[in-house]
Amino acid sequence: MHERTVRVCVNGHHTEATVEPRMTLADFLREQCGLTGTHLGCEHGACGACTVLLDGDAVRSCLMFAVQADDMEVTTVEGIASTDGELSPVQSALRECHGLQCGFCTPGFVMSITALLNDNPHPTDDEIREGLSGNFCRCTGYQSIVNAVHRAAEVI
Amino acid sequence: MKSAPFDYHRPDSAATAAQMLAEFGEDAKILAGGQSLVPMLALRLAYFDHLIDISGLDELKGIERRNGGVWIGAGTTDAAVGADERVCAAVPLLTRVTPYIGHFQIRSRGTLGGSIAHADPAGEYPAVALALDAEMEALSPTGSRQIPAADFFTGLWETNLEPDEVLTGVRFPVWAGRCGFAVQEFARRHGDFAIAGAVMAVELDGDDRVARCGIGLLGLGSTPRRALQTEAAVIGTPVGEVDADDVGRLAMTGLDDVPADLQGSVSYRTKVGAALVARAWAQATNEASTEAINA
Repeated sequence: MHERTVRVCVNGHHTEATVEPRMTLADFLREQCGLTGTHLGCEHGACGACTVLLDGDAVRSCLMFAVQADDMEVTTVEGIASTDGELSPVQSALRECHGLQCGFCTPGFVMSITALLNDNPHPTDDEIREGLSGNFCRCTGYQSIVNAVHRAAEVI
Repeated sequence: MKSAPFDYHRPDSAATAAQMLAEFGEDAKILAGGQSLVPMLALRLAYFDHLIDISGLDELKGIERRNGGVWIGAGTTDAAVGADERVCAAVPLLTRVTPYIGHFQIRSRGTLGGSIAHADPAGEYPAVALALDAEMEALSPTGSRQIPAADFFTGLWETNLEPDEVLTGVRFPVWAGRCGFAVQEFARRHGDFAIAGAVMAVELDGDDRVARCGIGLLGLGSTPRRALQTEAAVIGTPVGEVDADDVGRLAMTGLDDVPADLQGSVSYRTKVGAALVARAWAQATNEASTEAINA
């Protein structure tokens, strides 16, 4: 099948590659861009590990093809900390509140929480739980992640 | 890579998309937000030689007042529908049902038209379209036509769209007057496909009689269903004389293809469905009785 050229701005860097249309954005980020912070769990939209920001909105990068992100801006977990390596408020809060254990789900949570707090800087407990419902964590449990969102909301 | 290979097309207009459908026939599928299609491709439940991506078409996005109703472009995202104040004022059922669609990350990409054209029996927008008598607007190379929601959903993931037709928008009637609306849905976890659900619209006249009623059921058949018999039974009746549990029970009669799976048996789903309809009735009639909605 015909390959296509895609141009995507990933974490502020313009990236161009020729890919099969069936390559998901998640595979594109991992394999073409070398950004393996975007994790793949279920690859059918259930787990949220692959969440990235597309033009600022949180999306599942396994549920779209890289060719669909043509001329769009993608932010991955690698683009969240400042350039000198200082963690973002969301990342710091997750660390301080023990909001991660094995860390596999964490990049997806970082992206979802970042988007959630962009839209709603002072979410209620219910709004946080609703906002986190699209991300699975299989080891920490969610309470410390909820705490981390409250902490991040205080700091931002 | 999970999906089978396909050719990718990005038409510059809905008319071109319809031309492509006419050219490729059954080997082609429209790709909008992809939140249902892409998982089906990834799981290889579906294969297409051609995907026609309409997600970038601005002509399919937007919310407008048209012909006394609210027209929503098929490519408008769930997130945009859920956040729109005009929709909230004129078609509150859409606003209230949107949070039940997946999760906010899904709603960033998923579209109203995609949900309706995909026609999942547990889908939220199809049930609202059915309950409110919405009109689907379809475009083919030979022209445009309007399809009443009552005729649209023909089977599991099947609609009466022709193979060369693109769903371009949906027009929702505006219910003015003393109206109340409710959504009740049950899933084991928030965002999962509903085990059962009900959407309810009720209008009362000046004497507190039921003037109009629309009841959409989801997850309770191979298509979204409408409880027409129940609606007919309550219309004209003083609202205070209607028992909510009776409404729930009546709405479950005549359902002949309630799905049974690991989530629940037919009898379980039917019991849940009756309870949800009863709750939706109580909530919607209470709202209609206590406040007038100005649309």
